Amino acid sequence: MAEIVLEGVTKRYPDGSLAVRDVNLDIADGEFVILVGPSGCGKSTTLNMIAGLEDITEGTLRIDGKVVNDLAPKERDVAMVFQSYALYPHMSVRENMGFPLRLAKVDKATIDRKVEEAAKVLDLVEFLDRKPSNLSGGQRQRVAMGRAIVRNPKAFLMDEPLSNLDAKLRVQMRTQISRIQRRLGTTTVYVTHDQTEAMTLGDRVVVMRQGVVQQVGTPAELYDMPRNLFVAGFIGSPAMNFVQASLTPDTLRTPLGDLPLDDRMRRELERRDAPRDVIVGLRPEAFEDVSLARDTGGPVITATVDVLESLGSDAYVYFTAEGGPVSTAELDELATDSGLADTGAGGDQQIVARLDAATRAREGQPIELRVDLSKAHVFDPKNGTNLTHPES
Amino acid sequence: MSTMAEPAKDEARGKKALSAGARQERRLGWLLCAPAVIVMLAVTAYPICYAIYLSLQRYDLRFPNRAEFIGLGNYGAVLSSPFWWDAFWVTIFLTVVSVAIELVLGMGLALVMHRTIFARGTVRTAVLIPYGIVTVVAAFSWQYAWTPELGYLAGLLPSGDAPLTEQWPALWLIILAEVWKTTPFMALLLLAGLALVPEETLKAAMVDGATPWQRFTKVMLPLMKPAILVALLFRTLDAFRIFDNIYVLTAGAHGTGSLSILGYDNLFTALNLGIGSAISVLIFICVGIIAFTFVKLFGAAAPGAEVKR
Amino acid sequence: MAAAGRSHATRWAIVNVVVVLYALFPVWWIAALSFKDPSTLTDGSYIPTDWTWENYKGIFQTSEFTRALINSIGIALIATLIAVVLGTMAAYAVARLRFPGKQVLIGMSLLIAMFPPISLVSPLFNIERSIGIFDTWPGLIIPYMTFSLPLAIYTLSAFFREIPWDLEKAAKVDGATPAQAFRLVIVPLAAPGVFTTAILVFIFCWNDFLFAISLTSTESARTVPAAIAFFTGSSQFQQPTGSIAAAAVVITIPIIIFVLLFQRRIVAGLTSGAVKG
Repeated sequence: MAEIVLEGVTKRYPDGSLAVRDVNLDIADGEFVILVGPSGCGKSTTLNMIAGLEDITEGTLRIDGKVVNDLAPKERDVAMVFQSYALYPHMSVRENMGFPLRLAKVDKATIDRKVEEAAKVLDLVEFLDRKPSNLSGGQRQRVAMGRAIVRNPKAFLMDEPLSNLDAKLRVQMRTQISRIQRRLGTTTVYVTHDQTEAMTLGDRVVVMRQGVVQQVGTPAELYDMPRNLFVAGFIGSPAMNFVQASLTPDTLRTPLGDLPLDDRMRRELERRDAPRDVIVGLRPEAFEDVSLARDTGGPVITATVDVLESLGSDAYVYFTAEGGPVSTAELDELATDSGLADTGAGGDQQIVARLDAATRAREGQPIELRVDLSKAHVFDPKNGTNLTHPES
Repeated sequence: MSTMAEPAKDEARGKKALSAGARQERRLGWLLCAPAVIVMLAVTAYPICYAIYLSLQRYDLRFPNRAEFIGLGNYGAVLSSPFWWDAFWVTIFLTVVSVAIELVLGMGLALVMHRTIFARGTVRTAVLIPYGIVTVVAAFSWQYAWTPELGYLAGLLPSGDAPLTEQWPALWLIILAEVWKTTPFMALLLLAGLALVPEETLKAAMVDGATPWQRFTKVMLPLMKPAILVALLFRTLDAFRIFDNIYVLTAGAHGTGSLSILGYDNLFTALNLGIGSAISVLIFICVGIIAFTFVKLFGAAAPGAEVKR
Repeated sequence: MAAAGRSHATRWAIVNVVVVLYALFPVWWIAALSFKDPSTLTDGSYIPTDWTWENYKGIFQTSEFTRALINSIGIALIATLIAVVLGTMAAYAVARLRFPGKQVLIGMSLLIAMFPPISLVSPLFNIERSIGIFDTWPGLIIPYMTFSLPLAIYTLSAFFREIPWDLEKAAKVDGATPAQAFRLVIVPLAAPGVFTTAILVFIFCWNDFLFAISLTSTESARTVPAAIAFFTGSSQFQQPTGSIAAAAVVITIPIIIFVLLFQRRIVAGLTSGAVKG
């Protein structure tokens, strides 16, 4: 168990391309940290550098206070779970799990005991003598976990360990990983492209884009106070709604209607000398059905419901805002990554509101929605900065 | 290896562009390939150059002292000789006909191996026998089968017929022997191509109303095209150098000699190294043209071209 | 429904039988010949009426055949061994390492795979005579291993590419040195591929005829296929048919054993290198 410290860690490939740029990260002992971002953002490269599978071009990496830049993986005492599980096909489950101990020259009896223990935790006892090819996907995943657990390493490194499982199993394993990590208290770095996994698993989440860390924070911080457009658009499902707006001294003029600035927003926007054209971001739950909620004094807009999705607990209401979709480099990248760019949904900007299930909204009918301005964000379209973020 | 110059250049770009690991990987790659490369160069590149050199000489092994440089004289002699052209057309005929038959039969065989509902292992095992068997052995089996008074097949013909002593029957028998031996190989290559056709695509075509024949020609064949072209390329080049079957079946008599037989005879019967080498070089050029045509015209994916990581 | 299923099955059974007969008949025929005595040799029947071992006894009494058999086995084994070792090294590099010149190597082996052997026969004949390896084992081993190298490199690199790259990484993180990762993870996984390649290369060397008759002149290095072609009858008036048939059967036996035992692997090996692309 150990803390992991990255200082100015950079990865440059021989062809000159930068995969990871100047990552600074302090991972505390026992912490569960998630690296998340769209494919190609450098999260796996960062993990591989921590594991020692890729050279660090610049910067220092310390594990447990010791600089390990030039140490081979075997000398770093970390365990890794791969997306493909990387189980040795010619070894039984027992041999797979005992392999790291065997390499460390642990005596046979101890290996057997530790493997049995881990197998019990992971519910693998009856499969110990099978070959990986005779296991289901979920079982293989557990064997990969078991191989990491038995060594009692300084840290677990997990590279999208659940992405080859089906949705239901993924949720199950997610809670199991969380439980195991908490019980063992082992420092864990976990890579995923799935923001739901990131939000549910991590003590802290690191959002990366194009090799650069965008924001580090607890899931709640990322959700409530995204530093920029990219983090705002990436975290949350359904994603944050974005509309173009023009800023006057005390109002935001948006296609949805005029939104008066509250004190908090006015202060932050003035402090940062905001431009005239901005992007407003509203999470789906920033809307309330006027007929259901008590009057909080927020501005009310009217929209025509395109589609209504009732989920039982909530209802999602989709409507369109005139003025065309918001397009910036960050948002386009997110759309491409999530495949939304291919859906052919062009034209007007689509907005989704999450309402109480009791809403009387009907498709094709107008509805009045109150906007909770305390949950609104204003972004600079040029560099994506969140102009209403209290610190940045 | 001039790795000395690199660090300086890399310094300029940052810290080090080519990490120690990458440089080590590069050196290891070269080291591991070196023996194979040296062997292949020494045993093929050098001799073919030497063959070109020999082909420009008058060099008769019976009169080794009279060797002298005669430029392209040997090529002139070969290309103006009817023997070359006879052998050339025989080879083209054998190649085209046998490869065409192999393709059709091989496709059928591949479909059988792919679709058969039982005894798949037995069928595949049986089919591997012709592939594995020594060509000379198979050739003798065919020769005896067609030898009057000895063979079961000759017995089917009117008595007195000796098919291996007449040009056309002999050519067809050579094709038969060649087809028997190499169809399985063709079938296996096509079978691997068949495995690349997704079952669901065929089902989709079926739902879309395609007849079995349409499914075969409109869906399977286009998807198998890379596999077919590779198989054709391999087999065409292989058929073009046909030697063993002809040597055993007719020894090249009665107008059945291929180019390989002609080259061999000039070397070991006529003992004329100069002419023999000129023939060798000409065959090499023919093979080069065939390969080039396939790759350029049909875009046959050269096997190994996909080696990327 | 059941009737339709049965007729379907019958149709496949017939097709399968036809395929098996097609493949095996010439082999059966020459085997039948080898068991016939000279008096019934010409009866044209598919099953010998009088079974006899005479032809086999005959060939094993002549050094012409026994010597050739030793040559065949020795030359094919040594050429296979060298080709597989060199091929494994090169294929590992091709499949696993990044280095400039890889495409050149691949192109070169492709070129050699297409090379017409007859083009090499005349120069090799002269070169081998001048350096004194004509009509010796090395004189055949060298061209055999060269011509089987492309086959070995293709097949092996296809097998190596199928070993997941992650496994080597996993082994390293699990605490293995590079040598341990190679020995404990890569070798056990590569062994079947190497073995399959060895079989294919052996069949290739065992099969050759052109080099065998061109680069030998006496019994000292002549292999069985070449020796068969030069068989003469035990007397001037006797055709060597029986002896040839017997010898042919003997050198077919190893092939049949390989095919029976390793059918699956040979198919995988033959198709792996060629078609992905």
